[in-house]
Amino acid sequence: MSNNNPNNASGKDPHLLLQSAPLLHQKLTTPAAMKDVWIALLPASCASFWFFGISAVLILLTSIAGAILTEWIFTPTEKRRFALSDTSAGLTGLLLGLTLPAGIPLWMAFLGGMVSIGLGKVIWGGLGSNIFNPALLGRAFLLGTFPIAMTTWVSAGDLSDFFQLHSSNLALPFMQGQLDAMSEATPLGLMKFEQQVTSFGSLFIGNTAGSIGETSGFLIILGGIYLFLRNAINWRIPVAILTTAALFSLILLLVDNQQYPSPLFTLFSGGLLLGTFFMATDPVTSPLTPKGCWIFGIGIGFLVVLIRVYGGLPEGVLYAILLMNAATPLIDRYTQPRIFGRDKQNLKNNNKADK
Amino acid sequence: MLKFFSNFSFNDSFAHGVHPPHHKEATEDLSIQRVPFVSHYIMPLGQHIGIPSVPVVVVGDKLKRGQMIAKSKGFISTALHSPVAGRVKNIGMYRYVDGSFREAIEIESDPYATQQFSGQASDVLNMDINAFIDAVQQSGIVGMGGAAFPSHVKYSIPKEQKITDILVNGAECEPFLTNDHRLMVERPETVLRGCEILRQQLGAARVTIGVEKNKPESIAQLQKFLTDDIPIDIAPLEVKYPQGAEKMLIKSIYNKELPAGKFPRDLGIAVNNIGTIVALADYFDHGMPLIERIVTLAGPGMESPANLIVPIGTPIRDVLDFAGGLKKETREVIMGGPMMGNPIADLDAPILKGTSGILAFTEAETARPVEYPCIRCSRCLDACPYFLNPSRFALLARARLFEDMQEKYHVMDCVECGACTYACPSNIPIVQHIRTAKDALRNIKVDA
Repeated sequence: MSNNNPNNASGKDPHLLLQSAPLLHQKLTTPAAMKDVWIALLPASCASFWFFGISAVLILLTSIAGAILTEWIFTPTEKRRFALSDTSAGLTGLLLGLTLPAGIPLWMAFLGGMVSIGLGKVIWGGLGSNIFNPALLGRAFLLGTFPIAMTTWVSAGDLSDFFQLHSSNLALPFMQGQLDAMSEATPLGLMKFEQQVTSFGSLFIGNTAGSIGETSGFLIILGGIYLFLRNAINWRIPVAILTTAALFSLILLLVDNQQYPSPLFTLFSGGLLLGTFFMATDPVTSPLTPKGCWIFGIGIGFLVVLIRVYGGLPEGVLYAILLMNAATPLIDRYTQPRIFGRDKQNLKNNNKADK
Repeated sequence: MLKFFSNFSFNDSFAHGVHPPHHKEATEDLSIQRVPFVSHYIMPLGQHIGIPSVPVVVVGDKLKRGQMIAKSKGFISTALHSPVAGRVKNIGMYRYVDGSFREAIEIESDPYATQQFSGQASDVLNMDINAFIDAVQQSGIVGMGGAAFPSHVKYSIPKEQKITDILVNGAECEPFLTNDHRLMVERPETVLRGCEILRQQLGAARVTIGVEKNKPESIAQLQKFLTDDIPIDIAPLEVKYPQGAEKMLIKSIYNKELPAGKFPRDLGIAVNNIGTIVALADYFDHGMPLIERIVTLAGPGMESPANLIVPIGTPIRDVLDFAGGLKKETREVIMGGPMMGNPIADLDAPILKGTSGILAFTEAETARPVEYPCIRCSRCLDACPYFLNPSRFALLARARLFEDMQEKYHVMDCVECGACTYACPSNIPIVQHIRTAKDALRNIKVDA
């Protein structure tokens, strides 16, 4: 395989190439697939603007800028244009931004974007080589480094007008600003620490406290449906996650309906929907094989409920997905599909038969 | 929307595969035309799988049309016949389609000959099986789908095995090609006659002709000549690539999985291409050995697409000239289909027994698309009809871990259908990597 096509052998038809078949390709390209994800995130992003105002706009812009700038800095000069042309860096920044609280200082969002791309992607070898979802890795970094800023929530729709900015957004680098001035617990926090159930209507529409992009269940599902119809994501993963999470919480509900939330609350609260449709389905960090996708999804669904119910944190989507990301190479190795015309069990015997 | 639902397959077909546009519109309604005789023919001695034939003529010999010019050497080999009346001009090295030099017989045609073929029908139905196999070897008939595997080898069934079913491959799943389709439309009786000859000789109970549903005219024509007393079925198949691959076809029609390393005859099935079946009927009913075949000329770079009867050995350039030539913007000419065909390195190379089509492509198809990193989207896994892991193959081939590719992932099971490469959104030349690996592995085997 070489990029230089040898010319026609006899030299009589020098314009003829020897490009080997197949000469037909389907039309979808990787950048186009990325575009689909951008489009699918549009409703959730708009919801974040609606509920959290100018703060959300600035957070998304800074985290995207941090991500793109890092990709630009750490990519060799001759590959820069190419690396940025697939828009995956900006997408990572957008996904990270959507998981941040509205009151976060902008410099933290920027730093998060840098960490997402720098430690989440570039260091592994760029697009396609990373083990962990870059956006979630960035969020994990922020959560570990700035626990207060990352868990001080602002209620959605409390703004008097669109341009009202949270003062903490503009904190100087390495400062946290006045964070707890308008703090409010998320539906998951209320559930875990105060046994208070948020109404399904609020969770569905999105006027609750939480990360700027995760509150509106309806609009996230809209984006998810778009991805389904465009065949842009592996349908097995969301189906497996949501079914497992719902079933597991249903079992818990049947055990004790005072202490544990309903399946519907489990699905629509916190970042489960956003994580399910946009992060767990990241093809790079999810298994290749169909069976592997089921295991991956079931693992996430199970871990999310486990962490939420029995863990110290109210929310578990982040760590559930990262843990399953780590298990992905192993899952892939043990779920290789049975090759046509071969027995699954006797790989070794099959090898002997070849000789 | 449709893309999403194509994830689920409800009909009886093989699993996975891809749906490239079939592009058959340009030639599917064009009737077969005969290419006039040209002045020179080149007959490579090794144009089939197996040992090359051995010339039985010397330079200067006068030839009749259909006269044997080379005999088979050993069992997995076949004979060659002169496509024209003329004279042996030279026996030497000539350029093959891939650009290499191969030994060939050059024949100068006699411009004053009538080129009338006179042969004798044989009483094939009363022939014993050994005589039949011998006759097929003498006829030079090979698999006409592209592989050019000598047909008589397929018909030599070990004593302990029995053929119960004959499967005739009329799927023609490669885009652009319509040569089998036109044969079924224009010569349905010959197709059925060939099926019957083979069925009786091999003692099979039934014959099934598999045809993709995008060829309704073929199906209708065959059915028109089918009577209840002939044990032949027409099986319409889902339009999906690679439906015409032997193992996929067996899966689609009999719902049987041919185990790796086994032959169809181990399942009691003999698989033959439509072209081969017609060649058989022509040989036994008219005495005509394999000296011509149907070739589809198509593709966006072809001035006027056509379905042609071409004498084997005709230089490709002469065939193209007859059909109106290539367009100016043609950048590549392919022998075979666009998914599995081979680029033609020299247009002066001849049409071979296995040439199903000559396709011309322009910049749009041959321009190397921008390659992106693999994002593990698993579209190649969903495309591979053999349930292999093309994504892993590309990765390992790049790292030159060829032995891992075989030991852990069975790369040698790949038939290079190209479905993975068609499906890849990152435009990674997966099947090309696989070819490199398979080639390297074969060399390792030879060295060891």
